Amino acid sequence: MNFTNLFRIALRALGNNKMRGFLTMLGIIIGVASVITMLAIGQGSKRSIRAQIAEMGSNMIMIHPGADMRGGVRLDAADMQSLKLEDYYSIVNEAGYVSACSPSVSSGGQTIYGANNYPTTMYGVNPDYLEIRKYSVAEGEMFSEQDILSSAKVCVIGKTIVDNLFTNGEEPVVKIIRFGKIPFRIIGVLASKGYNTMGMDQDDLMLAPYTTIQKRVLAITHLQSIFCSALTEEKTEDAEAEISSILRRNHKLKDVDDDDFNIRSQQELSTMMNSTTDMMTMLLACIAGISLLVGGIGIMNIMYVSVTERTREIGLRMSIGAKGRDILAQFLIEAIMISVTGGIIGVILGMGASWMVKMMAGWPVYVQLYSVILSFVVCTVTGIFFGWYPAQKASNLDPIEAIRYE
Amino acid sequence: MNAIIELKDIKRNFLVGNETVHALREVSFVIRPGEFVTIMGTSGSGKSTLLNILGCLDTPSSGEYRLDGYSVRQMGKNERAELRNHKIGFVFQSYNLLPKTTSIENVELPLMYNPAISAKERERRAVAALEAVGLHDRLYHKSNQMSGGQQQRVAIARALVNDPVLILADEATGNLDTRTSFEILSLFQDLHARGRTIVFVTHNPELSAYSSRTIVLKDGRVIQDTENKKIASVKEALAAMPKTED
Repeated sequence: MNFTNLFRIALRALGNNKMRGFLTMLGIIIGVASVITMLAIGQGSKRSIRAQIAEMGSNMIMIHPGADMRGGVRLDAADMQSLKLEDYYSIVNEAGYVSACSPSVSSGGQTIYGANNYPTTMYGVNPDYLEIRKYSVAEGEMFSEQDILSSAKVCVIGKTIVDNLFTNGEEPVVKIIRFGKIPFRIIGVLASKGYNTMGMDQDDLMLAPYTTIQKRVLAITHLQSIFCSALTEEKTEDAEAEISSILRRNHKLKDVDDDDFNIRSQQELSTMMNSTTDMMTMLLACIAGISLLVGGIGIMNIMYVSVTERTREIGLRMSIGAKGRDILAQFLIEAIMISVTGGIIGVILGMGASWMVKMMAGWPVYVQLYSVILSFVVCTVTGIFFGWYPAQKASNLDPIEAIRYE
Repeated sequence: MNAIIELKDIKRNFLVGNETVHALREVSFVIRPGEFVTIMGTSGSGKSTLLNILGCLDTPSSGEYRLDGYSVRQMGKNERAELRNHKIGFVFQSYNLLPKTTSIENVELPLMYNPAISAKERERRAVAALEAVGLHDRLYHKSNQMSGGQQQRVAIARALVNDPVLILADEATGNLDTRTSFEILSLFQDLHARGRTIVFVTHNPELSAYSSRTIVLKDGRVIQDTENKKIASVKEALAAMPKTED
């Protein structure tokens, strides 16, 4: 049997029932469009979370003092003084998987300039901190190693502080502001990063040499935390293991002892975030998939009715020479054409809907090629699957009875 | 000349419940090219069963049936479908045109199932067949826009398009008023005059006068098989009829 002829026969048969064909298609159109849109929304939010994490430094490693037992009493991590400057030096000197490292001590307090004041957090760090947290200096410059050695009272401030203290639009660089009682000279302003995924303002901070904060603000010698960058995101785990062994050795921990520090990386965060969005995407796709299934059943229903309704036509076709397989092919092609055409319209509609969501609701939306291909394949398979039974029924009709069917 | 149809001791039994119904009991006859045969019989005489067998839609329980030299009894479904496609043109009582479809597409239909024929050839033959039945000005009319007589003409064109050895008409005038049915009958006579072999199944005894041979069935047997030397002309009968007002 000639395929083009069968195709033409099916096309003519469909053309005779445009309204019905369209209504049948509607189920598939809505199903495919919702699959595409849902996957696009899921993918979009996943991507935006990944971008946020990358902005925070996806290869960042944070070391905090951890749960420690002193005589059976578990101490609060904040009270612990287990991280020392020596630990920082050891990591810098010995760790091969670490590209940048900065000690960190912080203090909350009020910043004051003229008549304005604003509460913020002052981080005592070294210049590596910028690279680790993916900050950059927009105006002025970062403090230097010399400033660290001399515990200089200089600082680099975030955009939020500039906005709150310098309300008259003055130039902040080289102005003196006070942090609590201590005056600091502003030598740079950080480029704005905005809010992160968790809704934290990443521009609400001040950076100063860690020696300055240790000696002049907090009067401590230990470190509150250490920030590092692994060489690459993939090397993060190796770097963590390396840091862990260095710290355990420095802290003279026996094999049976628990760590007295906590190492956390963004990778855990990103894994968690990914699994959450993946689950959400799956859920949305499942709901959309169900509507596609319902659309498929719609095709089967209509094709089934159509076989009964067109019994005489089938009988005629058979008596003028159509074989069973020609009838089977005709009805299958009709079903597939309905589902594939519905699929094409659905893909276009789904992309349009994704774009609308992006424009109207401002959600991050991303249509992936695979989701388009997937829904398309599913559509065709749906057509074959749900078209098969009615087509089989049609091809098994007895021409003698079919031609006289009333 | 070789026979178009050769029936020998054809029996066809149906099993209805536990009883065997003998629809045909030992039917034998031969139809030669160019014959116009009327097969008559009351309902229950077995003429429908005979029609199904002649049309290769059904196979006999026993006996031998040869259509244009091909033995049909041992053929499978697909072989018979192909044989129908190449050898037989059907004309039904209720036309059986595809709805909402143009005449030309309806007539092309049998050729659609014949992969040997190109789209161009298909159209050419469909147009020729429609011209042969006098519908050259109705090529693109849809079936629901035409009268019963015109629809039956399309159906006859469809039966002619594959150039069959046998035209098989089943009560082809049964749904038409007297005048139109005579017009259709006249068309069959024209086809006969051009050498077509026609088998016309009907229960209307009047029609036998217009064919070249009459076979009468009763209770599954041939009870009469007469040649008609003086074929009445349908055209004359038509001319004698009062004109309808339109």
